[in-house]
Amino acid sequence: MIYQGKQKIWSDYQKEIPDNHWFYVRSCIRQSFFPASEHYFLKICRDLLDRDIYESAHHTTCGGIAYHCDTIPQETAMTIVARQFALMTEAGYENLVTSCITSFGNYTEILETWREFPELEARVREHLWKSCRREFRKPVYLAHASDLVYKLRDEIAARARFSLVDKETGEPLKIVEHIGCHYSKMFPHKGVGGAEYPCVLSGMAEAWGGKVIDYPERRHCCGFGFRQYLVKANRGYSMSNTYKKFESMEPYHPDVIITNCPGCPFFLDRWQYVISEQEGKTYGPDGHGIPVLTYEELAGLVLGFDPWDLGLQVHQVGPEPLLDKMGIPYDPSAKYNGLDRKKLMTPGLPAVLKCC
Amino acid sequence: MDFGFNLSPSSAVELDKVDTSLFRELCRIEPGARTCIGCGSCSATCTASEHSGMSVRKLLLSLQRGKMRDVEKMLTCCMLCGKCTMVCPRGINTRRIILTVCRLYENVEGRI
Ligand code: SF4
Ligand code: SF4
Repeated sequence: MIYQGKQKIWSDYQKEIPDNHWFYVRSCIRQSFFPASEHYFLKICRDLLDRDIYESAHHTTCGGIAYHCDTIPQETAMTIVARQFALMTEAGYENLVTSCITSFGNYTEILETWREFPELEARVREHLWKSCRREFRKPVYLAHASDLVYKLRDEIAARARFSLVDKETGEPLKIVEHIGCHYSKMFPHKGVGGAEYPCVLSGMAEAWGGKVIDYPERRHCCGFGFRQYLVKANRGYSMSNTYKKFESMEPYHPDVIITNCPGCPFFLDRWQYVISEQEGKTYGPDGHGIPVLTYEELAGLVLGFDPWDLGLQVHQVGPEPLLDKMGIPYDPSAKYNGLDRKKLMTPGLPAVLKCC
Repeated sequence: MDFGFNLSPSSAVELDKVDTSLFRELCRIEPGARTCIGCGSCSATCTASEHSGMSVRKLLLSLQRGKMRDVEKMLTCCMLCGKCTMVCPRGINTRRIILTVCRLYENVEGRI
């Protein structure tokens, strides 16, 4: 293929991301799985990089998980989303940034459905007016928070205190990037790099000094699959998906996995424990696992925030081997301290997986 | 530890590891085997299909994936009526393919 041809194809995969003035909507599940990620997204973008990001205390769930589990119809999810748009309109914003990939997929799907079926949009406007007397304008730009961090990656790199480089060997760290399916597999033109070459996370990893691994099951789902996990009898399918990915990435010896979805880091992290208990298998060196981080946590590490303030102690797989490789100082005795610096508890350790 | 669920066996086919010599030999004798587009017309028209799982489409796919158990099972179900040959949009002589595979199979060790 000639270079211009490649450039042309690549230009189709670009996404316009405004630089400033965003209405931010949080994720229901990310706040409990990775309690510091959203806080640090705001801290980095607002305090450090001086962007205007607004959030409303009236924001609720987007209904995405209930919709994907078939417990609410799409029209209900649409009315919930219409209310979030109303909050954005009332606050005077026109760019919406979501923390969650499920929300991002849900919002995108709804906007695309309304584009195809305007009568449905009219009906939802009526539902919203009848239920809470609100009106809305649709966002001009919709982005996922990782799009914004991708856009700001070089500004973050310029302020970096640590890079994704093994301080012993000087070699770039080997990064597995895993992108949530709902980011661009449903609507490829809505993601940076489309469905086939999404570069939203690999762009960050490379800007911060890492080397991205291209392994056979790179684009395979993490296995969450909503009902695959939520119905206990189906959980074996969920774990088998994740297992397939681990088996595929294992020969490349990844140092860290980064993700931009709520479900993916949770399952890629927690299933390592279940697989180790059931199969006796671990994927990191010397019985450790492969640390799995959100992109905000990784950005926080690069910028020199304390790993325990970033909430890395709530991950199943211990982040210590990664911190050691990057040369990030940490206090092992403070791992389970609360904000008042007093010990909260010491969790039990797994039988097989080494966690610190 | 019992979590109440387990890993499901993988259905992944590692093409680098499976033995596809029978398929290659079949293609040498019957080059038409390579031209199958997997439309499934043969399976849809096959009288034996509904009750026995016979399918020329699946037979060709199983040969390419080295799934010899599936091939063996299907070979015993065909009545050689030739209906599949009549409907194949690629003009593949499917009946002859089945007979050729049977003949090749006579030389396979451990066949049923
Ligand atoms: S020849 Fe065999 S495979 Fe073809 S239609 Fe008849 S029974 Fe089915
Ligand atoms: S009808 Fe012919 S082309 Fe279609 S699947 Fe059968 S053998 Fe292949």
